[in-house]
Amino acid sequence: MITRYFHQLASPPYFYRIAGRFIPWLAVAFALFTLAGLYTGLVLAPPDYQQGDSYRIMFIHVPAAWMSLFVYMVMAGAGSMGLIWRMKLAEVVAISSAPIGASFTFLALITGSIWGKPMWGTWWVWDARLTSELILLFLYLGVIALHNAIDDKRTAARATAILALVGVVNIPIIHYSVEWWNTLHQGPTVTKFDKPSIDVRMLIPLLLMAVAFKLYYATVVLMRSRCEILERERNTQWVKELVES
Amino acid sequence: MSGLSEFLHMGGYAFYVWTSYGIALVVLLATALSPIRQRRKLLSGIARSVRRNRAQ
Repeated sequence: MITRYFHQLASPPYFYRIAGRFIPWLAVAFALFTLAGLYTGLVLAPPDYQQGDSYRIMFIHVPAAWMSLFVYMVMAGAGSMGLIWRMKLAEVVAISSAPIGASFTFLALITGSIWGKPMWGTWWVWDARLTSELILLFLYLGVIALHNAIDDKRTAARATAILALVGVVNIPIIHYSVEWWNTLHQGPTVTKFDKPSIDVRMLIPLLLMAVAFKLYYATVVLMRSRCEILERERNTQWVKELVES
Repeated sequence: MSGLSEFLHMGGYAFYVWTSYGIALVVLLATALSPIRQRRKLLSGIARSVRRNRAQ
């Protein structure tokens, strides 16, 4: 029953239709979480006792950084499913994730830089956390460039999946960089096993924005996947019927 | 200082905070708009080639 459902979901016309139905709802949920996150984060949350109001950059910076890793794992995971089982839909999701992950990584880097200037006195340092996150951006851009360089979609999908898998090595390095090396970047305050050392009035907007960014990714990856499917299936009967209706 | 201008002032960090939120808005908007534009282009391109094939 479940396997049959997966087979159905993996069929391009069905996925195209279902994704189209989900996109507006996901977008609305994203908007609601974003409004709640912005209101609690910019208006209700108190200033930090050390960093004043500058810490509010965190509500963009931290969720963006989390997403930069999450999207990479989705991309590498979907890419390997495409490699192993030759699932077309997995290939589509993998390559559709790359530009979104690149955007999140860019956001994490740029907001970190803007936050670093008033707090550390510098826009950039070559420390472990910042450097490994920059490498992540190059991995995303490498995946996009490699995919664009190969005409045959299936070959492109396999090549980019292998590149993405090799780059997975970078993920634990980013995560543990603040513990393995002596860096300027602060350690984690939320994702540790004991009680988070963060005021609950700051934690709530952070989590709201984290959910909002997840919903954003879900919305945009479905939109991109629909485009990718149209492009791959442009000579099939169902796409021809679709454009004529 | 009124409530609004105090809010916009961000305790002296207005430039850093609002630049960050502004860039986030631009990047997320651009990333979401690109597939919308691409889909429109794809659909009209495919429709054109279907019509051309029919005419032949």
